[in-house]
Amino acid sequence: MALKMISGNQAAAIAVQRVGVDLVTAYPITPQTAIVEALADFAANGELGGDFVSVESEYAALACCNGAAATGARVFTATGSHGLAYMHEMIHWCSGARLPIVMVNVNRTIGAPWCLDPDQGDSLSQRDTGWLQLYCANGQEVFDSVIQAFILAEKLLLPCMVVFDGFYISHTYEVVDVADEEIVRKLVGPPAFAPQVIPGQPGNLHGLSTGETQLKLVKERHQAMSGVPLLFAQINAAFNEQLGRSYNIVEAMIPPGAKRAVVAVGATAETVRWALPALDHTGLIQLRLFRPFPAAEIREVVREKGLNELLVIDRNCSVGMGGIFAQELRSALYGMKSPPLVRSLILAGGVDLTENMLLDLLQSTGPEENFALRWGDEF
Amino acid sequence: MAPIEQLTQDFLRTKKLPHIWCPGCGNGIVTAALVRAIEKAGYDQREVVIVSGIGCSSRAAGYLNFNTLHTTHGRALAFATGLKMARPELTLFVIMGDGDCSAIGGNHFIHSARRNIDLNAIVINNHIYGMTGGQHSPLTPTGKKATTAPGGTLERAFNLLELARGAGATFGARGNAAQPRQLEKMIIQAARHKGFSVLEALSTCPIAYGRKNRLGGAVEMLKGMKDSSIAIERAKEMDEAELEGKILNGVLFSFDAPEFSSQYHQSIKKGQD
Ligand SMILES: Cc1ncc(C[n+]2csc(CCOP(=O)(O)OP(=O)(O)O)c2C)c(N)n1
Ligand code: SF4
Ligand SMILES: [Mg+2]
Repeated sequence: MALKMISGNQAAAIAVQRVGVDLVTAYPITPQTAIVEALADFAANGELGGDFVSVESEYAALACCNGAAATGARVFTATGSHGLAYMHEMIHWCSGARLPIVMVNVNRTIGAPWCLDPDQGDSLSQRDTGWLQLYCANGQEVFDSVIQAFILAEKLLLPCMVVFDGFYISHTYEVVDVADEEIVRKLVGPPAFAPQVIPGQPGNLHGLSTGETQLKLVKERHQAMSGVPLLFAQINAAFNEQLGRSYNIVEAMIPPGAKRAVVAVGATAETVRWALPALDHTGLIQLRLFRPFPAAEIREVVREKGLNELLVIDRNCSVGMGGIFAQELRSALYGMKSPPLVRSLILAGGVDLTENMLLDLLQSTGPEENFALRWGDEF
Repeated sequence: MAPIEQLTQDFLRTKKLPHIWCPGCGNGIVTAALVRAIEKAGYDQREVVIVSGIGCSSRAAGYLNFNTLHTTHGRALAFATGLKMARPELTLFVIMGDGDCSAIGGNHFIHSARRNIDLNAIVINNHIYGMTGGQHSPLTPTGKKATTAPGGTLERAFNLLELARGAGATFGARGNAAQPRQLEKMIIQAARHKGFSVLEALSTCPIAYGRKNRLGGAVEMLKGMKDSSIAIERAKEMDEAELEGKILNGVLFSFDAPEFSSQYHQSIKKGQD
């Protein structure tokens, strides 16, 4: 165990170094840049154990990852915001190609106009691309999630995105338990997925297919994702053994008797966690996993605790529909006998969640006030 | 020329000042040269549009009191192409950084050159991604250090003007922030040239590039820039050994060829007649 005072970005970079990768490639963008720079330093000092390739765009970065991973190499990239949006075609492609690429996305609003604040819309708009998505609430979760991402991705042959909020996590320094290389390597193991490009065995990858073939492949990916909860349980056991900590996919902190919970993802979950003692009869449900969506786990918490109201903090907005996490929750709860009321607070644009805002919101929230969504600028 | 106070009042969004550029940054020098050039050349302020990408240099669009578009990274020329085709009578200046233009935007750069569309590309080349804190760009000279190349980059740099010429641009010039009067003249020449004009304006980034490469402060960097540059006319009389390590300054090429937007509109007109 080594406690270090580091930023979320540093936690991500150190985790990648601890895991050991064959290739890192990325294009800089605020607030992700420090990850790339730290990895470039590791590479220059011979501590990365793999190549660092500077490329001319995010698109090139993910295509380069794709090429390397096809040979069985363990690869990593990082981006955020416009960089992620620019990768969109490749994001689909990597998942279709079943390549276990790990990418960090540091949330930042997508323009126009330009904005640096951490709206989650960049990663959430990649919802349907077939990537696993993990969301982190603090530096420790960043460090651990990057490690978990490599295990999940390589076991399921699906790419995995580790997501955290720009500035609130990427640039905030916290004490992080940075596990030793030896322990992390034991947890992850060497890359053990089959290469697709094999010298001496010529073949053509990803040529034209039919709709029927696609259907079969999509089904396979969908079914592969359903393996996450079981795999997560195994990862937790190994983490507990090696590091003495583990995480639930859905983390519930519900005080006795509370029938209402705030649902939060990423840095806002940390804010709510700290504010909990001041909140009246209110719990917290933190979602660490967004894809696959942990519907069964959420229903179980709701059922077990008898929750009748969920207040979702959505630092995003699907314009024309509302908060994305709220929508996903409503559909996950559909068909329950008496599903809780799901309301959402929209902090699109990456607006900060403060304790006062939460208190105001909860005070003005009773079942009689029948609102589906509130906007952050009302507080 | 109008006094400086007048130029500032007329051509800058004074409410947006002070600007965000670091002390010693060359972006302000190049921006000022552009303002003087527009005034000197006598363009109607209402007929000039400035398009920029993203980067420290592209922040210039926010300070210039014209119709300005601050666009996405690398795409300024594509936005400008649409503008020019829709309103061919407008004069367009497209401000880009070296990274914006030649890395993520490299594709639009060569295709704008190929079409020879009447845009004036001003590439502020500080040899680095300034805005994101100093990563190497396709115009960082081999061996120079950056946060993404702590030991010096192994990659080779583009010769931007050769690239432009090869791709079909019909005007290419190089100036630098240490010689702003020359820069001003070149901007006027570029603007008057009908076709795709590229002006590479070498500039200083003492913070993200100078410091890392021990090039001194802004004064030393500007001096170094001036000392290493040599006017193209003078270079013609020098041999290879004398030219070693020198950077050519001036209008490197300029010739006439059909310009895309006017040709296109003529062909449409012909079809209608
Ligand atoms: C798609 C995308 N990727 C990355 C960025 C982040 N970014 C903003 S400016 C910049 C580089 C700027 O370098 P340059 O063009 O040389 O301009 P300078 O800041 O040096 O003037 C980068 C990488 C972005 N805004 N959008
Ligand atoms: S970082 Fe460099 S390019 Fe950007 S404003 Fe500062 S000196 Fe200028
Ligand atoms: Mg630059």
